[in-house]
Amino acid sequence: MNIVLENLTKEFPARGKRNSGSVKAVDHVSCQIPDGELMGLLGPSGCGKSTTLNLLCGLEKPTEGKIFFGDEDVTALAPEFRGVGMVFQNYALYPHLSVRQNIRFPLENRKGKDKLSKEEMNRRVEDAARLVQIEELMDRKPGELSGGQQQRVAIARALVKFPKVLLLDEPLSNLDARLRLKTREEIRKIQKQTGITTVFVTHDQDEAMSICDRIAVMKDGLLMQQGRPQEVYDHPANLFVARFLGTPPINLFAGEVRGQTLYLGGKPVLPAPGVPDQPVWTGIRPEGFILKADGPLECQMERVEVTGRDVSIISSHSACTEGTLRSIISSEEGAAAPTARTVRFALKPGKVFLFSKDTEEVIPLSGEGKEL
Amino acid sequence: MNERKNKLISEKNHKAWLYLLPALLFLIAFMVYPLIDVLIYSVEEGYNFASQTYFGVGGYNFSYVLHDPYFLQALKNTFILVVITVPLSTILALLISTGLSSIKPLRDLYQTIYFLPYVTNTLAVGLVFMILFQKTEYTDGLVNLVIHFFGGSSVDFIDGPYWAKMFVLCFYTIWVVMPFKILVLTSALASVNPDYYKAAKVDGTPKLRVFTRITLPMISPMIVYLVITGFIGAFKAYSDAVALFGTDLNAAGMNTIVGYVYDMLYGDSGGYPSYASAAAIILFAIVLTVTCINLLVSRSSRK
Repeated sequence: MNIVLENLTKEFPARGKRNSGSVKAVDHVSCQIPDGELMGLLGPSGCGKSTTLNLLCGLEKPTEGKIFFGDEDVTALAPEFRGVGMVFQNYALYPHLSVRQNIRFPLENRKGKDKLSKEEMNRRVEDAARLVQIEELMDRKPGELSGGQQQRVAIARALVKFPKVLLLDEPLSNLDARLRLKTREEIRKIQKQTGITTVFVTHDQDEAMSICDRIAVMKDGLLMQQGRPQEVYDHPANLFVARFLGTPPINLFAGEVRGQTLYLGGKPVLPAPGVPDQPVWTGIRPEGFILKADGPLECQMERVEVTGRDVSIISSHSACTEGTLRSIISSEEGAAAPTARTVRFALKPGKVFLFSKDTEEVIPLSGEGKEL
Repeated sequence: MNERKNKLISEKNHKAWLYLLPALLFLIAFMVYPLIDVLIYSVEEGYNFASQTYFGVGGYNFSYVLHDPYFLQALKNTFILVVITVPLSTILALLISTGLSSIKPLRDLYQTIYFLPYVTNTLAVGLVFMILFQKTEYTDGLVNLVIHFFGGSSVDFIDGPYWAKMFVLCFYTIWVVMPFKILVLTSALASVNPDYYKAAKVDGTPKLRVFTRITLPMISPMIVYLVITGFIGAFKAYSDAVALFGTDLNAAGMNTIVGYVYDMLYGDSGGYPSYASAAAIILFAIVLTVTCINLLVSRSSRK
């Protein structure tokens, strides 16, 4: 099921006397989610991603704009007629019902010609349980399950009605780190197996990047950028997206372009073909540094962190907006990690982004750059 | 090793008892001792209050009380009151609090209005009820005016037929106990996580089913609490009847068990602590039994 959002806007009226003026939680968002894909809605808390999800499932009515599921305009449709399955952040499993009753609950709501026979209901409950591998927990109460198990029950409950669209609201935030890794793989697997178009809300870019077919990055209700995770990572549209994606985060410098060359701290570090002279924000991915004895970027050495797979060199530079900058070097290269006071890097052109100081939009570098 | 551990535990126990001592002393002096005393009074036959003497020990006091028509009337009144007011007030409170939690505008105002009876004085409200329902030679009272308006004939609710008096008593009791129940239930309803309702909505659950399958089970502990305290409160009813019908409840035929106990101690026929104690013990037994049944029922229904 293709999902199309058209100019979707949700405005919440002002609350109380003190904060007058309404709040635009979602501001003219347009995007398209192709059939069968897993879409990650990504952004910091308060960016409107959960509101977007609520608009999709029908719990909130948009102030403006339209939502299409396939060819059908569902904007005015109540949640139960949209054919959506929703998994809530806290799972919202009914504590007084057993796992089996919880999964059955959506099916028992059906009336009239949609009503299912007992056998059909049981069969579908069993199928859903098998899909998420909780067959042996069916007679327990949610309170007796671990977080991960509750999560699966919630997914089973969402899937049992064969939804056209599956919506997941921060599904992994209540799990511990190891379980999170495992569960996200499972969500991915189940999504591929069922082929249901899925929207997945998260503030964790790592989560979104790793399992989503597409991601949409939001900030203050605005859609900043959307696309394949790698695409968005490699070509951030603005400073916000560049800073939001990637762990460890991108290193930010205040720089300047003069004569088609990027200067950091007054020294030329990279050719910037086709860029007019102006002050710029410069973002350099941690993996964009190359250790080079005569590299153009000279930094003050702070310390070296060894993780086994690679080596992080923490150093400082006068133009860097944070206190320190982090560069990641593969451990073969990093074996010769410098012990001197200063360290010099060359920069990989594809990992360096320039942003306008006014608009914070990316400044495209024309043609393939070369390292200095 | 084991011995040391035991010693440690017993030392800890001593300390615990020491900490509990002040509370225990009070409980023993003001609860356990009076209870035992009541029990002793109730089995002392022919107790004379003035000389503090009695003839013997036996079950005569109980037999007297159980054969006293006034006590039987009080027992009947109390049971009718309990059976009518407890379920009715709980259901009404549930409906009102559900209504309160589903409206947004002016909710606080309504909550205050519904809570007002709780802070008003029982006797004062009883007086108002009496004026509303009473029929005298000078006036018919507001309620009778309404009955007239709808074409009925007037009834004296305060000094008239038994059913009318019982109706007023029940009406008044429900009115008095409702605010607390509404307060408890509204906060219970507010504490249900809204995500459950959202989940139910996405699944297209009909409203009634949401109420019976989600809301009710979620707030059932509070309902059980209200029913149990409601039963106990209704069995101990006394001041409500006094407020409406005056102190001579036996003459009005509207006495309650607690009223009977009071009359036996201090009323016109007073000075019979043995009979009063026997009646009190009977009330205690009834309340205990009903509470046990309540707990058993609520426990088995939760499984």
